Amino acid sequence: MSTARRGKRHLDLEAVRARLAGGNGRDYWRSLEKLAETEEFNALLRRELPRQMAAFGHAVTRRELLKLAGIALALTVLPGCTRRPAEEILPYARPPEDLAGDRPLFYATAMALNGSALGLLVESHEGRPTKVEGNPRHPASLGGTDAFAQALVYTLYDPDRSRAVLNRGRVSSWAAFLADLRGRMAAQRARKGAGLRILTETVTSPTLADQLHGLLAEFSGARWHRFDPLAPDNLRAGARMAFGGYVDTQYRFDRADVVLSLDADFLSWPPGHVRYARDFTLKRRVRAGVRTMNRLYVVEPAPTITGAMADHRLPLRPTHIERFARAVARALGIQAASGEVPELSPEDTPVFSALVEDLQAHRGSGLIVAGRQQPPIVHALAHAMNQALGNAGVTVIYTDPVEADPVEHLGSLQALVEDMAAGRVEELIIVGGNPVYTAPADLQFAEHLARVPSRVHQSLYEDETSALCSWHVPAAHELEAWSDARAYDGTVSIIQPLIAPLYGGKTAHELVAALLGHPRSSYEIVREFWKSQHRTADFEQYWRGALHEGVIAGTALPPKSVSLRADFAVSESHGRQASVRPGEEGLEVVFSPDPTIWDGCFANNAWLQELPKPLTKLTWDNAALLGPQTAERLDLHNEEVVELHYHGRTLRAPVLILPGHAAGAVTLPLGYGRTHGGRIATGQGFNAYTLRRSDALWFDSGLEIRKTGERHRLALTHDHHRMEGRDLIQVSTFKHFRERLHIVHGSVTEEQRLPSLYPGFSYKEGYAWGMAVDLNACIGCNACVVACQAENNVPTVGKTQVMIGREMHWLRVDRYYVGDLDRPNTYFEPALCMHCENAPCELVCPVGATNHSDEGLNQMIYNRCVGTRYCSNNCPYKVRRFNFLQFADVTTPSLQLMYNPDVTVRARGVMEKCTYCVQRIQGGKIRAEEENRRVHDGEIKTACQQACPAEAIIFGDLNDPNSRVAQLRAQPHSYALLAELNTQPRTTYLARIRNPNPKIEPE
Amino acid sequence: MPQVFRRRTNVWSVVTLVVALLLQPILFMVLWLSVNATHEGIPIQQPIPFSHQIHVGLGLDCRYCHAFVETSAFAGMPSTKACMTCHSQIMADSPVLARVRASFSTGTPIKWVRVYSLPNFAYFDHSIHVSKGIGCETCHGRVDQMPVVSRQAPLTMAWCVSCHREPEQYVRPRELVVKMGYQMPRDQLTVGQQLVAKYRVRSLTDCITCHR
Repeated sequence: MSTARRGKRHLDLEAVRARLAGGNGRDYWRSLEKLAETEEFNALLRRELPRQMAAFGHAVTRRELLKLAGIALALTVLPGCTRRPAEEILPYARPPEDLAGDRPLFYATAMALNGSALGLLVESHEGRPTKVEGNPRHPASLGGTDAFAQALVYTLYDPDRSRAVLNRGRVSSWAAFLADLRGRMAAQRARKGAGLRILTETVTSPTLADQLHGLLAEFSGARWHRFDPLAPDNLRAGARMAFGGYVDTQYRFDRADVVLSLDADFLSWPPGHVRYARDFTLKRRVRAGVRTMNRLYVVEPAPTITGAMADHRLPLRPTHIERFARAVARALGIQAASGEVPELSPEDTPVFSALVEDLQAHRGSGLIVAGRQQPPIVHALAHAMNQALGNAGVTVIYTDPVEADPVEHLGSLQALVEDMAAGRVEELIIVGGNPVYTAPADLQFAEHLARVPSRVHQSLYEDETSALCSWHVPAAHELEAWSDARAYDGTVSIIQPLIAPLYGGKTAHELVAALLGHPRSSYEIVREFWKSQHRTADFEQYWRGALHEGVIAGTALPPKSVSLRADFAVSESHGRQASVRPGEEGLEVVFSPDPTIWDGCFANNAWLQELPKPLTKLTWDNAALLGPQTAERLDLHNEEVVELHYHGRTLRAPVLILPGHAAGAVTLPLGYGRTHGGRIATGQGFNAYTLRRSDALWFDSGLEIRKTGERHRLALTHDHHRMEGRDLIQVSTFKHFRERLHIVHGSVTEEQRLPSLYPGFSYKEGYAWGMAVDLNACIGCNACVVACQAENNVPTVGKTQVMIGREMHWLRVDRYYVGDLDRPNTYFEPALCMHCENAPCELVCPVGATNHSDEGLNQMIYNRCVGTRYCSNNCPYKVRRFNFLQFADVTTPSLQLMYNPDVTVRARGVMEKCTYCVQRIQGGKIRAEEENRRVHDGEIKTACQQACPAEAIIFGDLNDPNSRVAQLRAQPHSYALLAELNTQPRTTYLARIRNPNPKIEPE
Repeated sequence: MPQVFRRRTNVWSVVTLVVALLLQPILFMVLWLSVNATHEGIPIQQPIPFSHQIHVGLGLDCRYCHAFVETSAFAGMPSTKACMTCHSQIMADSPVLARVRASFSTGTPIKWVRVYSLPNFAYFDHSIHVSKGIGCETCHGRVDQMPVVSRQAPLTMAWCVSCHREPEQYVRPRELVVKMGYQMPRDQLTVGQQLVAKYRVRSLTDCITCHR
């Protein structure tokens, strides 16, 4: 391929920079392709709407068309000839106790991600869990959830889950496993368990910890190892460095006015991220009369959603963050922070000095958070700074670790590998996790594992580890199991099952009980443990109370007062990261969990695979993410496959240029490149774990990139559903807001003055539903997108269909950039059906399949829709989705259980879109009508609203002037999208308000 | 080669086309609305010869078996246990009830054949209709006179909408919802309008009332 042609096809970053420099600096853009106007983008544009192409792959001839038309005509008579199939009703032989007809019941339970519990309320339709909500009484949730929790039901019903106990790959049974285990455990017992090793992930379950302690007491020679690829080892080591012992740190963002994040993505990393999102946005709910707002500074290499919320964000390569932390510490007067003097770039210097001043001015209401990717020294410095500024005890709370028997996981795994290598391990029980896939490559875990005579692995899927184990035991899903887990603050929740194990899965409790030789059900195990903890007569009441509330009262860990070690000094850097000299600016590699499939545990979840990642808007893949500067320097282009060389290992990965990514670093998201673990998981993306070394789990220098000349197509959604560059997102500053300057246009009052030829509607009686989206609270976490998918039976379409713009999400979160390529400001805007008063879609439907309801809903009637797609063409917001093919899976039995019975499963050829969760509206109205009252404000919540951890979406009745939505609409910074079109949307937005430091950004 | 068709055939081809096009919708409507499609009045054989006539005649309330009719969308079908509350004493050895006893002892549900079924895109809620004063009989007919139940309404959208447009024609006092053989008062329109006001019945004809 010639260079000239390539230059045309690929985007030209220089031209992009020139274009951005030529603008007024306030142009919002979504993708580099759009800015560069590459050939591919223009081709996409020429098709007018990316979704509006022929359903057939080829052109249809006249003859073919006539044939099809004739057949279609003839077939119309057929439905009249068929008898409707006879349906059966199967009532219970003996009904369960709490049967309440077909109204859904909600049960409190919890899910644990990396060991940290998030309290949930799970909706059960006649015994089928269909939808997950947050538990308002759980401290880590407060009613909010994240995308992982929302996608939990998909994993539960996933047809690819492991279905049988396997013995060396052959189907066996639990009984056969127990029989085999009994013999081998007897041998171990004789030797006090000298050859027995247990490997778990992070354990916060008090019951499991108790069982394992029991096991270790009985088998004194046995060892309990832990490995979680995202374990907070650095945090542990940092606490030891600063305080001389392990402590966990909790943050009180609701008390913090100035926050500095040192590579800490506290809005998406457990523990506590859902709660932190609520607390953090609490100080950003700008309303008329509000006088204060918090300010966030973020220093990070790869853009994250936390970075997108920042008022000031510094993209720094990861090794420079330690130097930045040192500089801040020294400026704050931390004597211990001696050593080399860091040099800051001229761009960073004003931010740095303003930041230091800001932190000093907010003693006791500031907060410094260090990310767990950063080396221990950064954590130690953050502790020292928080102590020095008087933040400790106010915005930072220290407690004992939540993890049972806290260890540094890497060391624990290394010890196990050493034992395996030395042949000291005879019986290895791997409880959950997938260490063959996630262990650092240099430990050669798989090779050493093969030397262990007996290997047992319990997991949800038959994954890479299962393939190398002699026994595989299917795990029970969290919605099928009895267990317990602790939240970020230590609060214990009992995990209770919503359904009996679909595939005979076993819990960790049952496995450990089997090791001890007395197999019991996990219900008995968990209940007996709590009975032993609560030895009073009212245990039954206590137990039922714990199950009902979803939390065990009084189990939160008490704050612990800690003080810096007297000998605390960080004169010299620790770890290999510091070996990089300032002059030596090679490429750095950064490992990060993938925003949607995390460490790989959600790799077979189609909802999460198809969920566009918050910043990259990439689906079904991972990519080597790098900044525009790096791409220019190395002449790399999007989708170009490169070879990554690092410490003798190579990996091929497609490149994706991410605006705002720090120069000189390449981020490799973990979790992809699976070889086992389900049909969806395998074969997608590349496995970044193969480059991960035990001496540099998170980042390191020494990466080299070589071009291959190949191309790997990525399914990116950021150019889909464009609204043609009009002013869609409106941003102002807090200063402007307080001074009541004109900050938005298209405000709701303004827009109502426009005349219309259409007579309009009257909503005097009844309800007028509306929604307000607070862009200042939206953190872009995508929980709403998956919530909508789960609630409304929205299908997934697969990578090839996403590439041609056919993804079906009713709600999308648009990501906009403004400003410079290397340091753009990033904004999120959830876009869903606006339910326009003058809806353009309603006027063009030839069959009246979309029309206006008495309550102002823009209703979409599937059974009337003939699929002309005129409505979608005429929708200025691009929120309508068309079923080009039969996307909804109506054949896989287990997925049938997943569907919400209150929402139609749409067939091919039908248009669909956000309904404001009309099934919830109707349900709420029916309940209110039966009680002869009006619906209370807040009684009906849409799925997206209920899922939102930051309460950024508010739904309600606009006829009630006291409703929250009506009050938000009356705010001075409320505006409607494309108000100039006079569509008069029911969905309105509150403008994003930034709070920049006036010393950095003078007005 | 001579012409295969004569000139006159052109006329016939046009006539055939026109007739086919006209006939098509007529045929469609006739077939679709026929009893063949709506199953109206066709008795449906159940696995157990259960007679509503006998049970209602004994004075059983509809809600004894259809227990969720006031609280849920689906009226509820009696569990085998509900049958056995009486039939463990009455006709306890009858061969007719062998399947009921088998179900109770094995825990296997009885497979009843559905009589009233709506398409999957239509959502009906019993509880709200009952609380707004629509009698069982209005849709289900004189169940008390049916030894074998059959569908008493076409369940077409036009039929549903006829009541949704003019609920005052059909509404009855709430306390008489389950009464069989209720005689509409002569001035039903006046009484109906009063009840409509009293129960806050609204004429809901929005599509989303039933389609979601």
